[in-house]
Amino acid sequence: MSNNLRVVENATCTFCGCVCDDMILTVDDTEKRIVKAKNACVLGRAWFAEHTIEDAPAAMISGKPASVDDAVAEAARILVEARFPIIYGLSDTTCEAQRQAVAITDMVRGNIDTTTSVCHGPSGLAFQGIGESTMTLGEVKNRADLVVYWGGNPAESHPRHFTRYTVTPKGMFMPNGKKDRTVVLVDVRRTPSAPVANIFVQLKPGKDFELLWALRARVKGREIKADIEEITGVSLAVIDDLVQRMKTCRYGVLFFGMGLTMTRGRHFNSGALLALATDLNEFTHFVAKPVRGHGNVTGADNVVSWQTGYPFGVNFSRGYPRFNPGEFTTVDTLSRGDADAAMIIASDPASNFPKAAIAHLRRIPVITLDTKPTLTSSLARVAFRTSTYGINTGGTVYRMDDVPITLRKAFDSPFPDDETILRALKEKVQELLRSRMPRGAKSAFELPLSA
Amino acid sequence: MTERMLMLLIAGRSSEQGTSLNKGKLKPEYQRVTSTAEMNEQDMARLDLKDGDRIRLSNGVGETTVTCTPRKITDLPSGIIFMPYGPSSSELMESDTAGSGMPISKNLTVTVEKVSG
Repeated sequence: MSNNLRVVENATCTFCGCVCDDMILTVDDTEKRIVKAKNACVLGRAWFAEHTIEDAPAAMISGKPASVDDAVAEAARILVEARFPIIYGLSDTTCEAQRQAVAITDMVRGNIDTTTSVCHGPSGLAFQGIGESTMTLGEVKNRADLVVYWGGNPAESHPRHFTRYTVTPKGMFMPNGKKDRTVVLVDVRRTPSAPVANIFVQLKPGKDFELLWALRARVKGREIKADIEEITGVSLAVIDDLVQRMKTCRYGVLFFGMGLTMTRGRHFNSGALLALATDLNEFTHFVAKPVRGHGNVTGADNVVSWQTGYPFGVNFSRGYPRFNPGEFTTVDTLSRGDADAAMIIASDPASNFPKAAIAHLRRIPVITLDTKPTLTSSLARVAFRTSTYGINTGGTVYRMDDVPITLRKAFDSPFPDDETILRALKEKVQELLRSRMPRGAKSAFELPLSA
Repeated sequence: MTERMLMLLIAGRSSEQGTSLNKGKLKPEYQRVTSTAEMNEQDMARLDLKDGDRIRLSNGVGETTVTCTPRKITDLPSGIIFMPYGPSSSELMESDTAGSGMPISKNLTVTVEKVSG
């Protein structure tokens, strides 16, 4: 560490969906790295400590260093020549970059999808079917006296969720912090989040829907059979105790994780939970909110929604946006072999997609934008090394409760940010498309761009 | 002792996975974290496994070999195996999303067996 230190206050951690905006960063301007991140959790400390400036080319084409301009030109050629280009990722970049990605997809009549489709995409479907009784995290901090976590492990995935919003902080109507709240955790295993909860409910794997439906029945005063314990692993007495607490609290909240969406039932599980929250509003004020993973996955939902009308899995091949999960979501477009080119922005599907999807990624030209090498960038035809949002670049992100937060950069990076590359790519794509139009012809590409 | 067992695999997040991915997904720490599976002590005893032994997980989709580590039975029920998301768990994920876009990565039925040698 050098003596050339500088403090950046009110910085934002973009590692997870909590998007904590109270970071106090100490920056070493000589070594170009953050040496201390006050207020950060264990994940945030690693996020800030590990995003340093590495000695690497800003762009590679077919594994060889290239100029950014050449890489942009090659990426544009790939996207324009493809018949079914897909654009995917977007949850770890700014809203400003996300809107450029939507514009490019629109121009090339491609398919845009975000990591939401493999995270809370099923919850997105459930929102459309059931609705969402929602709130901000500030409201929860100030008012919620019953906090239920279902199918999530925030102690490991969102460590400051408990301490900033839901369990320990004192709020306007919660003057004694944790003493004023009852915290319930529902999960199939006793995770490190369990010690935080007043009540831990351990259910059998894959029985979330059954338990949620039983709770709904009891909230409505219906009888259920005693064999519910055999089915779900949770006794009728525990169910009734939980129902009583839910109906008599002043302000209840259901936070739900991917324990609901990544298992059998998917959107039916999320829908059952949202319906339970709706039912409880007959008795008290109750809200529900998915606990979102990546730093700006909520922004991706918002940007893609306000640009196309749909949150993820959107296809422009007919010149207008169409939404169809299962058809236009990325696991499907890759596994079926539909896509003939892919641009992956700030994501690594080669690490976490089913192998049939990864096998197809290996067969088609891939463009990647990422801050670090990944399995996906290692198979890319064109790979851009980008600066890190919230550390090297400003912009806007959305917290998991849909609250937009402005980022403050800590130090400069020699690598361009995602928005800069995507803007250049959009211009190049437009240029190529115009050059392929018959002389004098007008098209939608001549209209003012949405971004 | 049992030679192999059918278990339910749950892939999920862990603190170590979160901190190691910041170092880089191609780095050894991330590779180690995402190829370490947790089982309870009784299940490990049934398969004659010790901390650090190699196990093969397989299903109709694929197979992967990972290291196992014990958890208390109060923390992880019998029949469940937990592993952080990553390339190893991807090997076992079905690509069919049932029209939802979401492949199932929790509660996958897998065969677990000790890898000798």
